[in-house]
Amino acid sequence: MTDKEEEKILPGDSRRDFLKQGSLYTALALAPVQLLKAADQKADERFASFLEQMPLNITVNGTPHTLKVEPRVTLLDLLREQLELTGTKKGCDHGQCGACTVHVDGVRVNSCLSLAVMNEGKKVTTIEGLANGDDLHPMQAAFIKHDGFQCGYCTPGQIMSGISCIKEGHAETKNSIREYMSGNICRCGAYPNIVDAIDEVKKGGFTI
Amino acid sequence: MINFQYLRANTSKAAIAAITKNKNSKFIAGGTNLVDLMKRGVTSPEKLVDINLLPLKQIEMIQDMIHIGAMATNADVAAHQLIKAHLPVLSMALSAGASPQLRNVATVGGNMMQRTRCGYFYDTEMPCNKRQPGTGCGALQGYSRMHAIFGASESCIAVHPSDMCVALAILDATVVLAGSKGERKLKFTDFHRLPGSTPEKDNNLKADEMIIRLEIPVNKVNQQSNYVKVRDRASYAFALVSVASSLNVTDNKITEARIAMGGVAHKPWRLAEVEAFLVGKSPNPEVFAAAATLAVKNARTYKDNGFKVKLSSNTIIEALKGV
Repeated sequence: MTDKEEEKILPGDSRRDFLKQGSLYTALALAPVQLLKAADQKADERFASFLEQMPLNITVNGTPHTLKVEPRVTLLDLLREQLELTGTKKGCDHGQCGACTVHVDGVRVNSCLSLAVMNEGKKVTTIEGLANGDDLHPMQAAFIKHDGFQCGYCTPGQIMSGISCIKEGHAETKNSIREYMSGNICRCGAYPNIVDAIDEVKKGGFTI
Repeated sequence: MINFQYLRANTSKAAIAAITKNKNSKFIAGGTNLVDLMKRGVTSPEKLVDINLLPLKQIEMIQDMIHIGAMATNADVAAHQLIKAHLPVLSMALSAGASPQLRNVATVGGNMMQRTRCGYFYDTEMPCNKRQPGTGCGALQGYSRMHAIFGASESCIAVHPSDMCVALAILDATVVLAGSKGERKLKFTDFHRLPGSTPEKDNNLKADEMIIRLEIPVNKVNQQSNYVKVRDRASYAFALVSVASSLNVTDNKITEARIAMGGVAHKPWRLAEVEAFLVGKSPNPEVFAAAATLAVKNARTYKDNGFKVKLSSNTIIEALKGV
């Protein structure tokens, strides 16, 4: 497929000319303008899939969920909007800042660039899943001790990323910590304290 | 993001059939570039075919060739012992790209397919022949600091953003593609295209094809390789200029040399003339300096990227010294 072909069917009339007359009326109230425009033109059985929500089985912080979700919903929005786990932050929403970092099957990812439906059957851990009751995770405690934040907005992502940095074996030196934490931006500039916190957890040999 | 139909494919055959049925459909692997482009409205596929279930994550040695599946993640390839031992430049280049979170998800095939980060391509209010053929090139008269100095055209002066692909360009790699009519092989250096008058085409992949794996020979010149990347901050930024290089030296004479550059062209920029110049000479600072001068002889700069010429020369010298 060329971009030329793509552009022809970008927002406009021709893009949506495959609507199914049958299910159209039930969906009218939900349909965006382009859909309605296109509905005038032609019918297609794939209309249903457009407004359809997909089933999704996902385990978050140890709790299994059976959900329904539109394909375009990101893992970040699923966590925040549907599961009300607002500890994971939306910073840039484009994979540039790391505020949305969570663990998927034990590996750190940017949840803003992951479609929720691509996480079928996976185990997700967010900042809410770290503490054991009132006992903070060692990385959370170290961030408090070392003053590893100012405004705190990037902190959940920093903590999730910091834990992975150690687990991956990339916290051997402070330089290595700096390199492997580069996907997490802190605009308050708490970097030296963040590095100290991760370094202490690494040297402390905590179970993480 | 405009909504779309989402399918999961279990076999490459099913994936190819699904994408062939609808012209405005795309494969999604890691999605780290595609989801971003969809959020910004740069591309709006009607259908996404998820290929994460395909068994294409292998990294293995088969008869002196390293095979890397298209779905192997950037992080797994960079950390793999086979890659570190035999193709160090590939590990170095991958580790120099993106962030740890992105490398955990981004795949080899997706890295090859990523689009330029030219600001005019990303901004849907701006003209861009790559995004919307025939609208013109915003960068040509615009802010061109990140743009090409080699192989550009009046249609497009964007650069390819990948680090991994610069390394692959010097490794004599082969791309294996699967299509509705079976498999075919392509030299890696023939995979990406220069913009010419069709900058909307980044590469020579056909509409009904998918990347299956890479095959890379294990040999001395591939092992003696190096990657140097220069960027605006110490980590997590696209290259201003990067250089992958490898040398084979016997009795203080260069018998084989390979150099490719990133951040300077629409595809990884292989320097055949410079490689030929180096063969038969001693690997010393004067020879490297002469090679670096030759490398930029045909550079063409735009309003804001004149600095890339000297930067290219210096980076080539650094990369050759470090082999």
